[in-house]
Amino acid sequence: MASSNELSLSVRLFLKAYRWRKIDPTSWTPTHKPLSECKLAIGSSAGFVLPGQEPFDDAFKGGDPSYRWIPSNTQVEDLIETHRSQSFDHSGLEKDPNLGFPLDHMRAFEQEGIIGSLNARHVSFMGSITAPGRFISKSAPEFAQALVEDEVDVALLVPV
Amino acid sequence: MCNQTVSLAAAELEKRGIATVVLQFMKDIALKVGPPRALWVPFPHGFALGNPGDTSGQRKVLNAALSILSKESISPPHLEIYGAI
Repeated sequence: MASSNELSLSVRLFLKAYRWRKIDPTSWTPTHKPLSECKLAIGSSAGFVLPGQEPFDDAFKGGDPSYRWIPSNTQVEDLIETHRSQSFDHSGLEKDPNLGFPLDHMRAFEQEGIIGSLNARHVSFMGSITAPGRFISKSAPEFAQALVEDEVDVALLVPV
Repeated sequence: MCNQTVSLAAAELEKRGIATVVLQFMKDIALKVGPPRALWVPFPHGFALGNPGDTSGQRKVLNAALSILSKESISPPHLEIYGAI
């Protein structure tokens, strides 16, 4: 179970003092059709990139707000984790990238008809963003609009 | 911070008409940030679906998360506890 006790003292103190961004008002889209008819996209904050894509910049002050597209036909073994935080155990993601980017599972869900279809692309970003202004004002609206244009119905978002 | 970042992404997606569900590790942070639909998972950071290679266990978590999307009688922010469903 995740708890603040697994984090270092300095991280715990930072989190205690941090001013969390309350989502207010809460945006909400009702689901109008069964999941078995929905097109799904994955969002992951594990900082995964593909070979040839620029790694997330761990020197970016406040956290790199950029994002990368991960094609749906990607082999999860090809994903390279570039999450900057050293406050958690990265070994699980190294052994099994599905823990942070459940692409194999969603492909299986599509085959089994649990979801209607899997979008052709998915979004990867850096979760370790302490100053999310640019992520909120630029990156998230950009990738959200692109997914709207892809006619995505639902999204599954996985933190690490 | 990942708990907050995925929640902020979810808010933007919902604003544009895409229903979302996010996984969360820290209940207190989930309550402070308030993602529209969330499933708290009892695993350490970096292990959102449980154990590496545990296909069956991971699928249970994902099924629980996606099932929230099918619930009509909920209102935001909605936080469920994995295992209590």
